[in-house]
Amino acid sequence: MPDSPLIVARGLVKRFGDFVAVDGIDVEVRPGESFGFLGPNGAGKSSTMRMIGCVSPPSGGTLQVLGMDPATDGPRIRARLGVVPQRDSLDEELTVEENLWVYGRYFGLPRAVVQERAKELLEFAQLTDRASSIVEPLSGGMKRRLTIARGLVNTPDILLLDEPTTGLDPQARHVLWDRLFRLKREGVTLVLTTHYMDEAEQLCDRLVVMDRGRIVAEGSPRELIDTYSTREVLELRFDTDDHAHRLGDVDGIADRVEVLADRLLLYVRDGEAAHAEVLRRGLEPLSALVRRATLEDVFLHLTGRSLVD
Amino acid sequence: MALGTRIAPASRPMVRGGGWAVMAHWLRKYRRVWFGSAVSSFLTPLLYLAGMGFGLGMLVDSGSGGVGGVPYVVFVAPGVLAATAMQVGTGETSFSVMGGIKWDRMYHAMLATPLGPRDVVAGQLGFVAVRVLTSVTAFFVIAAMLGTVRSPWAVLAIPVAGLGGMAFAALMFAFAARLENDRGLTLAFRFVITPMSLFAGTFFPVEQLPGWLQPVAWATPLWHAVEACRDLFLGTVALGPLLGHLAYVGAWAVLGYVLAVRVLTRRMVV
Repeated sequence: MPDSPLIVARGLVKRFGDFVAVDGIDVEVRPGESFGFLGPNGAGKSSTMRMIGCVSPPSGGTLQVLGMDPATDGPRIRARLGVVPQRDSLDEELTVEENLWVYGRYFGLPRAVVQERAKELLEFAQLTDRASSIVEPLSGGMKRRLTIARGLVNTPDILLLDEPTTGLDPQARHVLWDRLFRLKREGVTLVLTTHYMDEAEQLCDRLVVMDRGRIVAEGSPRELIDTYSTREVLELRFDTDDHAHRLGDVDGIADRVEVLADRLLLYVRDGEAAHAEVLRRGLEPLSALVRRATLEDVFLHLTGRSLVD
Repeated sequence: MALGTRIAPASRPMVRGGGWAVMAHWLRKYRRVWFGSAVSSFLTPLLYLAGMGFGLGMLVDSGSGGVGGVPYVVFVAPGVLAATAMQVGTGETSFSVMGGIKWDRMYHAMLATPLGPRDVVAGQLGFVAVRVLTSVTAFFVIAAMLGTVRSPWAVLAIPVAGLGGMAFAALMFAFAARLENDRGLTLAFRFVITPMSLFAGTFFPVEQLPGWLQPVAWATPLWHAVEACRDLFLGTVALGPLLGHLAYVGAWAVLGYVLAVRVLTRRMVV
């Protein structure tokens, strides 16, 4: 029983009129795992999350969350979910701690329990010294952390995070990742969407890559990179209007070459060796960079497009 | 400290009284502005009754000896009472409803919990009921102090006006929950709420209106609330008409509530 999956979707579909946002996906999330939906904007990640969060009825397929059917047991399921929506929905007129108190009451928690819990959560969210500040003037990072604390107020079985760090500056993102990583270590089941590959690599044990409502690949970040990319990437930038014109020059150096608007990506096992070969051929790139392959490369390979446009 | 997951008993009790939690939330928000709001609840009737009742009333009374045999201020007080309930009620379910959907997105946060649209609507209307009843009571106290109350029955005008205010609040909720932007709200206030507070028998008898407009006035819930309040204030109340007015206003209140839940569900659960 403890190992049975918390979320099971089979052929899950979400339609808005003629538009198919989610086009028949299969997903399984197990207890304690950190599961990600990676994909560009409009891939169907948020629609999927809203269906799992039982606020959006599926248009087709089957969905089970915590062993129950969202269509009939929505409130019962939601009672055991924590939700961190893409856009903050805090009550900005209230104080930080009041937001937690009010929200805890929505889960039917007794007042004393909520107040005790709020103290722990503010500690976790590093907001204890702002407990009695009004929310409105707080920074984006603080609001996000408060939103996460709020999502934990009912001690959920699953925490759903929709684009948890979108719109935050790099420093705030790192603080947030650190917090989420701690939850993960404590065994909280995290389900998150992101279009940042570094976020997916840091936080997800397992993920699915979504594109146009479909799942195009599934696995751990490492597996995906091993399967769909080489270990290293050599990025070459030439003095040209169209990098496709330089394809012939690098012929034979790489397993695979992707042409971007401003550079060539050479997928190779050994980046330094490939770079040496480029120099040996007398090619003179404006810049050359060897890096490890990331999920961005996986996505590019699978869809021919970048994640962030 | 366990922050996260635990295997919860499958039979964790369902949340009951979600509407009360929503109402408590709104009351907590209101605590930040209650003082200004309370002052204006007392000041508004004072200004209205002083200006319209005594100022304008002097002209009316000296010109035609009052309205229907009573001084103008006595005529107008119950009318403005009912209109105030409408203003307060609609004021609390217009921009805040739009905000809950689009701006601060509070309804999204609420509906991610075990609460449903019904709790969201009922809880907010519960808060609005508190607002409407306190405003109406403040108005009544001022009106009584100014000597416009002619009968002990008048105290019943508080719940009667309150019911009227709630009917409008629920209808406004349903209307606001459909809108994509707040232009519609401005239009509703300018072309429905304000004209209604002027012409539904509040400041002058509807018999003064052109003949074709009178049925329109009669059809408004406000006219029924005004008539009932006026009868109670003057002591000219009779059970039959009172129940008739109440049933009419009550029917609108129920319709408004049902519509509000339905519109909010369609808007949010997609």
